[in-house]
Amino acid sequence: MTTRYLEIRQGVLSKNDRLAAELRERFARAGLLVANLVSSPGAGKTALLERLLAELRAAGWRVAALVGDLQTDNDARRLARSGAPVRQITTDGMCHLEADLVTDKLADWDLGALDFLFIENVGNLVCPTWYDLGEDIRVVLLSVTEGEDKPLKYPVMFNSSDVAVITKLDLAAACECDLAMLRENIRSVQPGARIFETSARTGAGLAELTAFLVQQRLAKQNGR
Amino acid sequence: MHELAIASSLVESVQSAARQAGAGRVTQVFLRLGALSGVSKEALLFSYDVATHGTLLEGSRLIIEDVPLAIYCESCRVEVRLPGIQSLRCPRCGQLSPHIRQGKELEIVGIEIEVEDAMKEAI
Repeated sequence: MTTRYLEIRQGVLSKNDRLAAELRERFARAGLLVANLVSSPGAGKTALLERLLAELRAAGWRVAALVGDLQTDNDARRLARSGAPVRQITTDGMCHLEADLVTDKLADWDLGALDFLFIENVGNLVCPTWYDLGEDIRVVLLSVTEGEDKPLKYPVMFNSSDVAVITKLDLAAACECDLAMLRENIRSVQPGARIFETSARTGAGLAELTAFLVQQRLAKQNGR
Repeated sequence: MHELAIASSLVESVQSAARQAGAGRVTQVFLRLGALSGVSKEALLFSYDVATHGTLLEGSRLIIEDVPLAIYCESCRVEVRLPGIQSLRCPRCGQLSPHIRQGKELEIVGIEIEVEDAMKEAI
């Protein structure tokens, strides 16, 4: 019996990373932009997506969504009203989506027939952080009702996101939300984040967010 | 306790590498854990014992190297360590930096394995 050292040098989540890399390649071949939406439960991911799907479709883009939840297909049914193809991933208790669940759900989808795919993750600001789903952009949402210091409480998730979307802007005054401080706290943990302020109810900020997504989609198509 | 899921993935990755190398047993696992990895060292160590049970890693030691968060500050033109993870602001000049140089690691560096001598000759 001999003892020896074996160098490994790989991420702990190498299996998920490998599957995510395969997904990313598949998305690139199909030329579609994929966004992974993360937030705490109730921040308004589904409400924002309802608006985004409708607006992008109205502008002629081909959009689809995958929705993750622990239980129920309520969100998928809500989103399907937009007319876009929507599939629910029910994780049956698991608190985040992993690349293999996305791979399974997309197995028989013709991705070439899409321009945008939105993946609504399970509401959770911790565990989805580690699981790459092959997305082009990770979008973290936080509502004005959650407190200005949320980014400081969940720096790992905010730091892993490319875009931060402040939601429920119409409630900001009622909640006495200090938006300047909220933005400052987002920048503090993720200086590179693009920040959007939106309200799915009034439609505020949606045009800017939609324009940004379209620009990202075109940049991807043109090889950045 | 999300560290149990992380520990299970760790065991899966290590076990597959150890099997490929013909190991009969894994005795030590060396891990780098960044301050901004989001993983709690204590919880991971606790989960490790549970996750390794009944595997090639059972009874092995998990050795964790803590990696502090460091950014590159463009105005100071130096790499600086940060005292916490709530602010990516350079402690010298106060500027925010998006350039993280270290501190997000969740990486298996290597493992110590026991290999049967006959197996070793075959390799």
